[in-house]
Amino acid sequence: MVLHIDSLVHRYPNGMTALAGVSLTVKAGERVAVVGPNGAGKSTLARHLIGIARPTSGRVEVNGRDAAGLGIADLARSVGFVFQNPDAQLHAATVAKEVGFGPRNLGFPADRRTALTEWALRVTGLTGEADSHPRHLSFGGRKRVALASVLAMDTPIIVLDEPTTGQDHRSVTLLEELLRGLHSQGKTIIAITHDTDFCAENFDRVVVLAEGRVQWDGPVEHWLEGAVDPPVSAFEQPQITRLGQRLGWPTPVVTVDGFLDRLTDHASSAD
Amino acid sequence: MIEFRDFSLTYPTGSRPALQKIDFIVPRGQICAVVGADGAGKSTLAGVISGVVPHMTGGETTGWARIGSRMLAETPASELVGEVALVMQNPFNQLSGARFSLREEIAFGLENLGVDRAEMVRRVEQVMADLRLTALADLSPYEMSGGQQQLLAIGSALVMRPAVMVLDEPTSQLDAVGAGVVFDALETLRTQGVTVILFEHRMERPARCVDRVLVLDEGRIAADGQPDDVLTDPRLADWGVAPLRYTTAARQAVERGLWEADRPLPVTLEAAAEGFDAALKGARTAGGL
Repeated sequence: MVLHIDSLVHRYPNGMTALAGVSLTVKAGERVAVVGPNGAGKSTLARHLIGIARPTSGRVEVNGRDAAGLGIADLARSVGFVFQNPDAQLHAATVAKEVGFGPRNLGFPADRRTALTEWALRVTGLTGEADSHPRHLSFGGRKRVALASVLAMDTPIIVLDEPTTGQDHRSVTLLEELLRGLHSQGKTIIAITHDTDFCAENFDRVVVLAEGRVQWDGPVEHWLEGAVDPPVSAFEQPQITRLGQRLGWPTPVVTVDGFLDRLTDHASSAD
Repeated sequence: MIEFRDFSLTYPTGSRPALQKIDFIVPRGQICAVVGADGAGKSTLAGVISGVVPHMTGGETTGWARIGSRMLAETPASELVGEVALVMQNPFNQLSGARFSLREEIAFGLENLGVDRAEMVRRVEQVMADLRLTALADLSPYEMSGGQQQLLAIGSALVMRPAVMVLDEPTSQLDAVGAGVVFDALETLRTQGVTVILFEHRMERPARCVDRVLVLDEGRIAADGQPDDVLTDPRLADWGVAPLRYTTAARQAVERGLWEADRPLPVTLEAAAEGFDAALKGARTAGGL
């Protein structure tokens, strides 16, 4: 397993408990969506994976090593974190410098640095913006720069906080293609998201976090079957799943293709 | 009322106009969604309406734009305060940095306008109740989640009771409950005659509540009409806007003979369910013959 979180508690200095005993194990190559209401502790949990938050109690293991004994720089070799707010992580004068910063900082040799930077720019659709100032890009563009900067670090685990926010249709399509590619390379992908269409179509496992605890954890199809009380996770099922339910279909459909196949079956079984 | 006439804008560093010959009128009380790809000019349009562009960014304009009787070229943001409220995409950028509880942050704009204290308290409490933020009233904005900050930014705008609200992806970081609260608030604004310009990527909720959808493509208006028409336009994806799954499913079902060709494509769950129900009933009838 690449991640093992045991009884993690995080209490802020003002006494507010953001995480109240989270236990979670993620295997290499899994695609996990973390969902839950606003303020559930999702982003706080993600911060523990990169060491910018430290446990009040409990334990976080990354690649079998206790994160408590690892510095932020050590963890950065294993876990790449794309912040919800791109402005929290952009600082360089050009997009190319921004994306090249991570691999340089990790001490990768020049040829690997160049190859990773060029690849990260290409798969995020930013090659043409390499010389632009990140701050001159739109919010969606800055989100893609933040993503490219993390991709260029070639970490085995990638954590994305609300990756579809501010992204237009082309960018979301590009992101979905990219996630499929990363999955086929064996990367572990964890996304925090409220976008249930994106979640259902791109992830295998769902973890519902609410009130600082894991309320449910299982395959995406079971989640869509209504295994979780919707008010707990404050989610709305994907459009296509709700449509199937409205038509009285007992098992959930997740994608448009799946819906059309089921529709064809229903129509032909009417014969 | 908002009116743009033959309005173009080029930024000082821009090689082409960010907005080109924009023409539209949004009457008082209308809810108008503006959609389009990244870089289509949406943020520029939001900036012009709220007086930020070109006053704080620079830029050459031609044509004109006005809100009511105020010509925007002659009215900087500071003079539009109280009339136009802008809720930015990134709520963190909107925090005053000077107030350290949600209640005080929402009150900050009213304080600056010197609103009477009793009135201020009444309005702040009402907005917190409307957005279900009362339980968080004493929390620091800097200890809140991204979604909670987004509701706070909306509250800080609503409390000013503006004539025009400009909302840039107001529910992008919100859970289904929070998004429902925001769209309920839009319905209230409509009854109060507030004009709303809503910039969005995810169209399911807007498809139900907006009066109109305006598509920007490379700085120009590519389409302008009712949600049923614009959101089912076959060019929608080319304009950088994701078609609703309901529309995509129905469009593909037409090819399989499982959506009546003369039935309009759906943009809501109800319209999609009704159309697919009818198609399945049709298939059963045909099968029984």
